[in-house]
Amino acid sequence: MGVQGFSNVRETRFWQRGFLASQSAYVLGALVVLIVVMALSSPNFLTERNISNVMQNFSFIAIATLGTTLVIITAGIDLSVGSTMALTATATSLAMRWLNDAGFYPFPGSAFILSVAAGLATAGIIGLANGFAVAKLKLAPFVTTLGTLSIVRGLTYVATQGRGTSPDGPDKGLFLAVTSARIPMPEGIPNLPVAFIYLIALALVMWVALNHTAWGKHVYAIGGNEAAARLTGVNVDRVKIGVYVLCSVSAGLNGIIISGWLGSAPANLANAYELTIIAAAVIGGANLFGGVGTAAGAIIGCILIEVIRNGLVLARVDPYWQQTLVGCIIVAAVFVDRLRSGRTG
Amino acid sequence: MSLLELRNISKEFGAIHALNDVSFTLDAGEVVGLMGDNGAGKSTLVKIISGIYTPTSGQVLLDGQPVNIHSPGEARRIGIETVYQDLALADNLTASENIFLGRELRRKVGPFRLLDHAAMKARAVELFEELKSETRAGDYVRQMSGGQRQAVAIARTRLAAAKIILMDEPTAAISVRQVAEVLNLIHRLREAGIAVMLISHRMPDVFETCSRVIVMRRGSKVADKAIADSSPDEVTALITGAKEAA
Ligand SMILES: Nc1ncnc2c1ncn2[C@@H]1O[C@H](COP(=O)(O)OP(=O)(O)OP(=O)(O)O)[C@@H](O)[C@H]1O
Ligand SMILES: [Mg+2]
Repeated sequence: MGVQGFSNVRETRFWQRGFLASQSAYVLGALVVLIVVMALSSPNFLTERNISNVMQNFSFIAIATLGTTLVIITAGIDLSVGSTMALTATATSLAMRWLNDAGFYPFPGSAFILSVAAGLATAGIIGLANGFAVAKLKLAPFVTTLGTLSIVRGLTYVATQGRGTSPDGPDKGLFLAVTSARIPMPEGIPNLPVAFIYLIALALVMWVALNHTAWGKHVYAIGGNEAAARLTGVNVDRVKIGVYVLCSVSAGLNGIIISGWLGSAPANLANAYELTIIAAAVIGGANLFGGVGTAAGAIIGCILIEVIRNGLVLARVDPYWQQTLVGCIIVAAVFVDRLRSGRTG
Repeated sequence: MSLLELRNISKEFGAIHALNDVSFTLDAGEVVGLMGDNGAGKSTLVKIISGIYTPTSGQVLLDGQPVNIHSPGEARRIGIETVYQDLALADNLTASENIFLGRELRRKVGPFRLLDHAAMKARAVELFEELKSETRAGDYVRQMSGGQRQAVAIARTRLAAAKIILMDEPTAAISVRQVAEVLNLIHRLREAGIAVMLISHRMPDVFETCSRVIVMRRGSKVADKAIADSSPDEVTALITGAKEAA
């Protein structure tokens, strides 16, 4: 290969690159250890019912975590995901009620389709606003989305007079089924929550998009060196707006799923979830300085947080310890990553 | 008619006059050295030609036609490639991903157009062989030496059939052996009829490869003469201001 006399030049070993060299891999290792410990210490942990619950619970935040990870890869942040979940759920359930009151039901399923579309459109508009402010007006993502957090939560309260709403009408059953059903599995296999299936499908799409499309490389390039991305002709503004829209829509989707499980969309739905979601993304290896993050990492982060919560419940420990523990894990994960990159980098 | 002509280009950044009324021409197969002290306006000039800055006043002509180059992508489409002074690489991507950033090779997979990683890597390997660089296409730029980064930035300009290549200090931070390779490459570019503008603080680079040297001082062009009619001493005097103009 035209390499002569460079004894210090060699291919990096497989474990020094790719997934195995990432923070996600270390956290996955920690997760496996945690699961083994819990399985040994609590007979209820590996029951079908509990596994199914755990899957359902982490799916409630994991789709939004996928979107948030995209934003974090571009060195951005979206603090408004929790509020977006609430407003999207509210818009969906309000739309369903209006359609019912107006008696507009051209074909079976139409109320469901229209109201979910209305909800996701609402989420898309929030993302567009965030993206526009960050990419075009060059506002700092942290402050911008802190503002959106408040604006969107406020709108949710205004729209429902603070009372919240619940989906109603001819498609209510369909709505509940599509958002919160569990698909029965044969004996010995936990029932599959539909949210989990959506999550896996979206994670696969995200993996392909990040690793096998030009767009994905542009997302990483922006996080790695935004000026360089611009100089090489990447349409930085468009990619940035795109990731904020995807983030909001993914959060909206999660909001709709949660409201289906609750059977209603309270105005305080997903309050402060942005913190858990960002924590999950960071634990899963997304770097707040940008340039690093994966779909698999986002899911691993969410599972870890949920398994800890679940473990505390099973161990009859006050579940409020969860927050404290999650905080410790964030710091530990970032610290281990620091040690590791200090050694090899 | 020249391949590239700049007419009375000025650029202001607020109160800073980075360029004052600069004019010059660049012909096919010509290698022109651009020299000047730090802050003389060399990079600003390059960035105007490569579409990053729009001049405050003045005109850029390509093949005699006035052009407005609004973006780096547009500059590349009309055949202008640039090696930027800060190299403009994304650390978290591999060498081949950086080379193809913004113009990735894709292949059809069903209804989708996905990245053709293998083709891009193969092409990158070829480019590094051409440059006689020991840079590996699959390595992350984060782990690379200064010279390897330089090779990546230069390899990028070889991707398309460029007519003009602007090099902003391509030999800063690299070893003697690699400097020789870069200068060799510039010779080959000239033979291929490509116009090269070489910015360098290294006198030997310019006197070895260029046929003409342009000297800038405080945003103005103070000299534009054939290498054969000049000397390193004269150019040094022009850069420092010991000699006003030539
Ligand atoms: N984006 C900018 N905004 C404001 N001032 C700028 C900008 N870019 C360059 N300048 C100013 O314009 C002048 C010329 O800068 P330029 O980078 O072109 O110098 P240079 O000749 O390339 O120097 P060096 O040899 O150090 O690379 C400097 O005074 C610099 O501070
Ligand atoms: Mg410069």
